[in-house]
Amino acid sequence: MIEIRDLHKSYQMGSNSLHVLKGINFKAEEGELVAIMGSSGSGKSTLLNILGMLDEADTGDYILDGVKIEKLSETKAARYRNKFLGFVFQSFNLINYKTAMENVALPLYYQKVSRKDRETKALKYLEQVGLKEWANHLPSELSGGQKQRVAIARAMAAEPKVLLADEPTGALDSTTSYEVMDLIQQINDQGNTILVVTHEEDIAHMCKRIIHLRDGVIVEDKKIDQVRASEYVQ
Amino acid sequence: MFDIERWQEIFDTIRKNKLRTFLTGLSVASGIFILVILLGFGQGMRNGIAHEFEQDAATSVWVWPGMTSMEYKGMNPGRRIQLRNENYENWDQMNRERIEFSSPRNFVNGISVTYGNEALVYGVQGVSPQFQFIENAKMSEGRFLNQTDHDNTAKVVVIGQKIRQDVFGSLETPIGEYIDISGLPFKIVGVYKEQEEREEERMYIPLNTAQKVFNGGDRINNLAYTLPPAETFDQAVAEAVAFKDQLQSYLQQAHTVAPEDTSAIQVWSALEEAKRYYSLTRNIKLFFWFVGICTIIAGVVGVSNIMLIVVKERTREIGIRKALGAKPWSIVGMILHEAIFVTAISGFLGLIFSMGLLELVGPHVEVDYIMNPSVNLSVALSTVAVLILAGTIAGFFPAWRAANVQVITALRDE
Ligand SMILES: Nc1ncnc2c1ncn2[C@@H]1O[C@H](COP(=O)(O)OP(=O)(O)OP(=O)(O)O)[C@@H](O)[C@H]1O
Ligand SMILES: [Mg+2]
Repeated sequence: MIEIRDLHKSYQMGSNSLHVLKGINFKAEEGELVAIMGSSGSGKSTLLNILGMLDEADTGDYILDGVKIEKLSETKAARYRNKFLGFVFQSFNLINYKTAMENVALPLYYQKVSRKDRETKALKYLEQVGLKEWANHLPSELSGGQKQRVAIARAMAAEPKVLLADEPTGALDSTTSYEVMDLIQQINDQGNTILVVTHEEDIAHMCKRIIHLRDGVIVEDKKIDQVRASEYVQ
Repeated sequence: MFDIERWQEIFDTIRKNKLRTFLTGLSVASGIFILVILLGFGQGMRNGIAHEFEQDAATSVWVWPGMTSMEYKGMNPGRRIQLRNENYENWDQMNRERIEFSSPRNFVNGISVTYGNEALVYGVQGVSPQFQFIENAKMSEGRFLNQTDHDNTAKVVVIGQKIRQDVFGSLETPIGEYIDISGLPFKIVGVYKEQEEREEERMYIPLNTAQKVFNGGDRINNLAYTLPPAETFDQAVAEAVAFKDQLQSYLQQAHTVAPEDTSAIQVWSALEEAKRYYSLTRNIKLFFWFVGICTIIAGVVGVSNIMLIVVKERTREIGIRKALGAKPWSIVGMILHEAIFVTAISGFLGLIFSMGLLELVGPHVEVDYIMNPSVNLSVALSTVAVLILAGTIAGFFPAWRAANVQVITALRDE
């Protein structure tokens, strides 16, 4: 589903440049649930942003669903982001003046789905994350966990093949974190490929595979036995 | 433009960002409002000055002969120019449709005037019946001279109000009384009034009488004309200047005067005098345009600033929309669509308010030199268009930049 080869990325800061990713090779099949770990500043977010086409690599290949992503026009990139990729951010990134439902419906607007169908679909996904009653609330009226669930519903609404989550539980307490992970596992159960960046061991162990990043390269890549988050959720 | 979904998205945004929309709208509307009021008063001032001037501005033109100051065609300088009846008649003949009223004038000299035993020291002038209109004299009693008086060389006289008071104050009316001019009895047929008392100290007798009875021959001391009213003030000035110049060169030719010798035959046009005022109004117009353009620039800067702030404020939202799959053009389009919509609506509101105010209050403004302030609709509309355009351009660049940077850069913006 996702394959990257010898991926490099550096940030230019004034005269000196910071080499963040120094040749990443990585492959994820369809239906995988991968945790990306590593110390702060190791380049996890950078990698995920490149995979989510929110940022561009300097060199290296990125193949998404069999298609080589290379120097795409913004319009084509937009189509990939819209159809293939769902992104969940640590800081939620909901549009603050739109209600939960309108936020969830937004990717569908860019798929040219009609207003009515957008609302129906948005409600369906809000129901899946257990927030149907909160549909008409603004983000400011929601708790952190609720916001992240709205964000996940929004990422799912476009029915992407790949879901990328950058510390989706980073701003949440452990109970809410498990609820969010439960949700992610359920989505994964439906066959979606999911990559989760996390700092927390317990969250990482709710995935099926863990890769470790250090100094811009992958130093460890192992399959693990998945811990079901539902065990912790009553 | 006709994408209903887009409109809905924009109305949503507007509805949920009322303060932002309100402030944007307010600045545009007040900019337009101030501008229109300013332009309106500029126009009002022009109207007012033109009006003040038109009141006494007789479109009159006067000819005063003097002395030549140059040698020309063998004639020595220092020659006194004497106007003749033929000068008056020829010019009148040639320019009939350009002249409203005309009158030659003959100052009667070497006479003595008495009423009973009282000697009067007022000037006696021979004029045509039309002279009344050139001087804008109003008859307070009786009538002015008429054509019959002229044709019959009648011994009739019209006196000024001042004379009537000073000499005939005790009479119920001086009409029908006789005064004696160098031994000849002249019957008083009318009393006229003028703005200035100085001009009420004259006695008018028919030109014919003045020339034939008092040895005037065909001599004329000066000529007076008024021109028919023109469509506009500017046109009136142009016509008066043309009339004056042509009259002057006609008389110069008739009396063999060098064309450059303007002192030999002086032609004075009240309207040309008013060019002073005219250029004043022009300067006022320029001034108001200057102020207006400054206001537009201030408006443009204001609207542009607001657009920059709005786009800046929405950079993160733009990042989110892009992460969800929005194409750059759809983002730029959405922002500009909203900006144009808001500026247009508020611009027209400002326009309607200001024009309504001018319409309501304008006609009642009664201050010296300001009359009926109003504004040209097309000027006002272009102003709104300029502001909309400015807002659009000012919004376009930051929106375009925000829509084309890496998504993550837009998202990081805070
Ligand atoms: N836009 C940027 N400009 C310059 N340097 C950047 C930029 N984004 C990230 N970096 C640097 O790149 C390195 C990797 O950043 P990245 O965000 O990928 O780390 P991370 O592994 O996600 O860390 P964390 O766990 O703290 O989120 C860091 O040293 C960071 O300072
Ligand atoms: Mg990070």
